[in-house]
Amino acid sequence: MKLLKSRFALLPLTLLLCSSLSYAASWDIDQLMHNLALSRSGHASFVEKKTIALLDQPIESSGELLYTAPDRLEKRTLKPKAENMLVDGDNLVIERGKQKYRLQLQDYPELAAFIDSIRGTLAGDRKALERTYQLSLEGSAANWTLQLVPNNARMQQVISRIRIAGVRDEVRSIDIAQTDGDSSHMQIEKLATP
Amino acid sequence: MKFTASRLAITVWLIFILGCGAIISRSQFTADLSAFLPRSPTPAQQLLLEQIHDGLASRLILVGIAGADAPTRARISKQLAQQLRQDSQFVSINNGEPVTAKQDQAYWFDHRYLLSATITPERFTIAGLHNAISDSIDLLASPAGLLVKAMLPHDPTGEMVQLLTQFSNSRPPALSDGAWASHDGSRALLLIQTRASGSDTDAQQLAMAQIEQAYQQAAGTHTATRLEMTGPGVFSVKSRNTIKAQVSLLSIISVGLIATLLLLVYRSPTALILGFLPVISGALAGIAAVSLGFGTVHGITLGFGTALIGEAVDYSIYLFVQSEQRQHELWVKRFWPTIRLGVLTSIAGFASLLFSGFPGLAQLGLYSIAGLITAAAVTRYVLPHLLPDNFHIHDVSAIGHKLSRLEQSAPKLRWPAVAVLLLALVIVVQNHDHIWDDKISSLSPVSKADIALDTQLRADSGAPDVRYLVVISDTTQEAVLRASEQIAKVLQEQVELGGLGSFDSPSHYLPSVASQRARQASLPAAELLQANLANAVQGLPIQANRLTPFLSDVASARNQPLLQASDLHGTSMAMAVDALLIHHGTDWRALLPLTALPNTEINAEHIRAALRTHALPNVILVDMTQESNQLYSSYLHEAILLSLGGLVAVIALLFVVFRSPMRVLRILAPLAAAVMTVTAGLVILGHALTILHLIGLLLVVAIGSNYALFFDRNANAPAIAPHTLASMFFANLTTVAGFGLLAFSDVSILQAMGMTVAPGVILALIYSAIFARNAHAEN
Repeated sequence: MKLLKSRFALLPLTLLLCSSLSYAASWDIDQLMHNLALSRSGHASFVEKKTIALLDQPIESSGELLYTAPDRLEKRTLKPKAENMLVDGDNLVIERGKQKYRLQLQDYPELAAFIDSIRGTLAGDRKALERTYQLSLEGSAANWTLQLVPNNARMQQVISRIRIAGVRDEVRSIDIAQTDGDSSHMQIEKLATP
Repeated sequence: MKFTASRLAITVWLIFILGCGAIISRSQFTADLSAFLPRSPTPAQQLLLEQIHDGLASRLILVGIAGADAPTRARISKQLAQQLRQDSQFVSINNGEPVTAKQDQAYWFDHRYLLSATITPERFTIAGLHNAISDSIDLLASPAGLLVKAMLPHDPTGEMVQLLTQFSNSRPPALSDGAWASHDGSRALLLIQTRASGSDTDAQQLAMAQIEQAYQQAAGTHTATRLEMTGPGVFSVKSRNTIKAQVSLLSIISVGLIATLLLLVYRSPTALILGFLPVISGALAGIAAVSLGFGTVHGITLGFGTALIGEAVDYSIYLFVQSEQRQHELWVKRFWPTIRLGVLTSIAGFASLLFSGFPGLAQLGLYSIAGLITAAAVTRYVLPHLLPDNFHIHDVSAIGHKLSRLEQSAPKLRWPAVAVLLLALVIVVQNHDHIWDDKISSLSPVSKADIALDTQLRADSGAPDVRYLVVISDTTQEAVLRASEQIAKVLQEQVELGGLGSFDSPSHYLPSVASQRARQASLPAAELLQANLANAVQGLPIQANRLTPFLSDVASARNQPLLQASDLHGTSMAMAVDALLIHHGTDWRALLPLTALPNTEINAEHIRAALRTHALPNVILVDMTQESNQLYSSYLHEAILLSLGGLVAVIALLFVVFRSPMRVLRILAPLAAAVMTVTAGLVILGHALTILHLIGLLLVVAIGSNYALFFDRNANAPAIAPHTLASMFFANLTTVAGFGLLAFSDVSILQAMGMTVAPGVILALIYSAIFARNAHAEN
């Protein structure tokens, strides 16, 4: 509660600082993280296309994403089948019809790394991202691409790289290339915050 | 003649003492809650008893490592676990390290077609396969897809996902540096299951020592961390140690105190030593009698024995102080009948406890009877022979005369005493509905700090707090497993309706043979499955030839040997099945523990109603907390009834002896007044009365009856002798010293007795003096 209050209190000040700094300072990862961290919540629609070698054709799904800082992410898939995924802290709950799967992210490090790449980016948490990935940034503040490459052997066996593209403080697409050749592309479009 | 009689008495006494010593040296002592368990239980109580003695929860030790930083704690946790895993005393050591994860995974995967409840003939028809595979492809698209991708060629129908769903309800603690840590991150956590049952206090103590030692090795000597342990076994060990320590400490202090007091009075070391002989004889006889009668002696009984020193020493005080100048024969003639009646009164009061279904109470009853009879008999028949010829004690006439003056003015206090009594009566009547504490926890000798630590560690670790259990009994393992499967369906509905968080069942891990056979029979022959599969994948984005591992897995599952309990060996589920599937005599029993949704209570009636709709025989829902409270409250009511029975016995005895209702009333009135006043006092001080307070009140009556009998006399009897008054005064002081000390004990049950008896006997003496018929006034 105290933390929340002080955040709010600092908000106008940081905004002011940022806007003035962003003209002066060169565009870098810290700057991007800073901007991303400013949005405390988000609501977007997504279209995801997964290419899996096992399957003859890519599978497409779509739905909505809801994010609340710092670590709550909800993915509501509407098509092809209604499904809800909620990550809150270390808990992952997946609901599909009558079934409910409750998992602890700590038990599934690969899955955790996937989710944390997205959560970490939305939260602008550079430290969290750098625990698993090496970061590199291309482009400008108006049109950037953040590339994440796993920095440990275990994750390298699963993910070869993740590319997150965005416009200013909005994430627009996430591309994941898996080591086994499978890949996914997610297109994100901001919706009005409900 | 006299010489032989005394030799005979002393010889008999010595043999008796040696016999008691021999029995005691072979006695077993315990301090767990077993003293509070009934002798002839109902089925639910039987279960409660077994669970307390030997259940899964009883064998759990929760360990916390606090202090220093997270990496240090995790390192210690891993080293500790590694070392304890080598030790056969422990069934499992869980600290979050994935030691059995591979075996667990293999068990589920290799036997998925026998374990999954979704395996039916329909599952392998064209439509069934199509739907199942379609679901799996959808799952592939979801975030969890990563987890199922590798398995899909072997398991396109998603049986593993089905199985894992059933078991993903529990919430293990968070990992920190590879070991379990509490929510607030302040301690590392381990769950340890001992092989020995929770009621085997010696084994539990050994296990604790082993954990402690392993911790010392892992942590090193210069550690900033500390080890915390809790659990039912730990409680038993700690209680036993506390009771042991307190009983020995209190015995030493009370003996010291009483000895000092008596030395001041007698001014004779010989008298002091001789005065303790009846006490020691009584205590030995009491313990030996309980050991013979019950097999084991409870710590509480010993604590009670300590206090009884204060009463048993009275007899020798009466002998020494009342008999003038070695005229013991005269004492025997004049005073022994009164003391004998006092002993008989006490026995009449305590005898009723022997009928208690509560072994703890029956032990106290037997102890007091054996102890008091022995102490009185030794005083009467042995002690006079042991007194040396030049035996004399300090002259107490001065004190006697002072007391005599006080006694004569005591009746002036009648009206104030009546006022106090009336007030006490009003308090008791006004609070009559909540005088008694009928929760069993009121008897627990465990300290509040230990209970707080237990609650904390349990919340942190998600360790089961087994309160609600569905219990299924039958004559074969197969029968209880089949019933478990049916009940599991009912409970699953409750979970889906939101009335229940989750539940466990042995049939989850070990399905009945019938279910396994039915599942195996559902698996189609290779050609048929291949044909169905080819058709099923029509319209799905997957080629049948990618799923050949599935075909071969099903083919081998068709001839797979059925699962037995032994197949679980080496997995983390082995322990669960062990605890949930119990073979007891000719009976098999399955336990299905229920877990409430977070921050809610289970509606037992609701679940019972749901279970009833299936009309399965031999299925009951047991609420362990309610069951144990009910058990205790039934003891309490029984004890109250028995005490009233004891009172009736005392009245009957006095009536037979005196044949005068008025006289009986006059003897009992001060005792009733003392009991009433003490009860009111305890109520005012905010103490809810437990069964031990009740025993204390019974003791007040027993001890006080001696005073009342001494004060009682016929209208034409001479005034009470100063020596008699002095003896009562000293007897009272020693009793108060003995019991008063208990009031300072940390063990609530001992404290309860002390707080009741010490003020009670003082009041009994004062009321006896106040309400005694005043010879001078009336003559």
